[in-house]
Amino acid sequence: MGINWFKYASPASFYPLAGRMIPWFVWAAVVLGAVGLYISFFVAPTDYKQGEGYRIIFVHVPASWMSMWIYFVMACWAMVGFVFRTRLSHMMAKSLAPTGALMAFLALWTGAFWGKPMWGTYWVWDARITSELVLLFLYLGYIALESSIEDADRAARASGLLAIVGVVNLPIIYFSVVWWNTLHQGASIRIDKGEVTMATSMLIGMLIMTLAFWAYSVAVSLVRVRSEILEREQNAEWVAEMFAREGGHSG
Amino acid sequence: MAEFFAMGGYGFYVWSSYGMVALCLISEVVWVCRRQRTIVSRVGRIIKMNKRQQHET
Amino acid sequence: MFSAFSTVLLRDLVLAVRNQADVLTTVFFFIIVVSLFPLGVGPQIETLRSIAAGVVWVAALLATMLSLGRMFLYDFLDGTLEQILLAPQPLAIVVLGKVAAHWLVSGVPLVLISPLLGLQFGLSGEAIGLLMLSLLLGTPVLSLVGAIGAALTLGLRAGGVLISLLVLPLFVPVLIFGSGVVEAANTPGGAGANFSILGAGLVLAVVFAPMATAAALRISMD
Repeated sequence: MGINWFKYASPASFYPLAGRMIPWFVWAAVVLGAVGLYISFFVAPTDYKQGEGYRIIFVHVPASWMSMWIYFVMACWAMVGFVFRTRLSHMMAKSLAPTGALMAFLALWTGAFWGKPMWGTYWVWDARITSELVLLFLYLGYIALESSIEDADRAARASGLLAIVGVVNLPIIYFSVVWWNTLHQGASIRIDKGEVTMATSMLIGMLIMTLAFWAYSVAVSLVRVRSEILEREQNAEWVAEMFAREGGHSG
Repeated sequence: MAEFFAMGGYGFYVWSSYGMVALCLISEVVWVCRRQRTIVSRVGRIIKMNKRQQHET
Repeated sequence: MFSAFSTVLLRDLVLAVRNQADVLTTVFFFIIVVSLFPLGVGPQIETLRSIAAGVVWVAALLATMLSLGRMFLYDFLDGTLEQILLAPQPLAIVVLGKVAAHWLVSGVPLVLISPLLGLQFGLSGEAIGLLMLSLLLGTPVLSLVGAIGAALTLGLRAGGVLISLLVLPLFVPVLIFGSGVVEAANTPGGAGANFSILGAGLVLAVVFAPMATAAALRISMD
């Protein structure tokens, strides 16, 4: 059985597919989120060192993992877009960026509110937090570049190239920040998951919350890409036909 | 119940974190859904307008 | 291939000589920014000495970023860039020539002026030497990677500030290892690791950045 990979590469066929996928991911996010939150607050035990305050990790860790994962996926879609010259791939990358940036911001915010009671300051220039800040800048750069170019195709390809350059640089940036941090060890405090002795329930809670965040990100990005598709393709035949069929409801 | 909100003294930090997460995620959902609805209605209007123009010519 | 490189390099150098204002403003900006720090931080020489390498490096970053917009702008405006894209010479080589010219005109002066600024900040002769060497290795990387940003933002209104936003995160490793040489020299390991990494970074940038820039130029000129 040969899979026609390019069947859904056209916006016309992807639009309804995305529409069908969204409810599944919404439900997954809601269910996983509910289960995850229950575990986070009622099942995972009190940490002997950090008390109840450590429970922030159940949103901090998923947010930071998602911020990195989404950036990687964005760059992958950009790569696919360049190799196969599919516009939809670039649209997908563009749709992921805002959610990724939001995750990076949340990682920094929750990290700050975790850091203050535990280590005394809201902001600490440790390796992971500083890298997360640079990642946020990379996201903002992508979004800024994309929105300042008027031609949609040039915008998609320029920001796609930027994403690819960024993803290649990300390990280098992280490595340099880690090095910088160890050089100045006296000046910084390391916020490390290792500080919290991990009970199994804590790990499971983190994992489920991460999956919940992932499902959420997919759902939101799919809605966004549908908006993107409609906006770019509004003059196409298939759009007119779809509206005639469904009278104003998005397919 | 009060114990739950106090979070062993860390209440401010825990709820500031979870609160911001909830605020951001909910805002994002509202924003994205609103944008989709706006675009659908706008495109729908344009299509109807074009069809009417087609019939008139 | 080398003749393409040298032709572009010489042409850009001649143009730079004719437009001295551009070159000089970069240098003056560098000097001014560095000189502002004592005014903001206080004249205690110990404080200045501890922030010297970082300040010089950040100022070099900013000065380079300001000059990046120039790299392709004039050729873009007068149509030369279109001709270059149509020419048979490999675009990456042409880019390398332009970047080399940019570095000679904007980067090297920074390297040469840094000793004076180092003295202002109370750095020892040895530290100044290390700083100069780090700038010598690092500023080409700034030009190479910065070219990608310049190519991506070609002709855009928001150009200058946008380039900074795009390119600053990518400069972080160069900044860290470059400014770290002075402090690393005081550690048992010495600054050798810094220079190895800077050197490696330079080689990687020379190999890969022109290709990325060429791709970016094609995207911007389509």
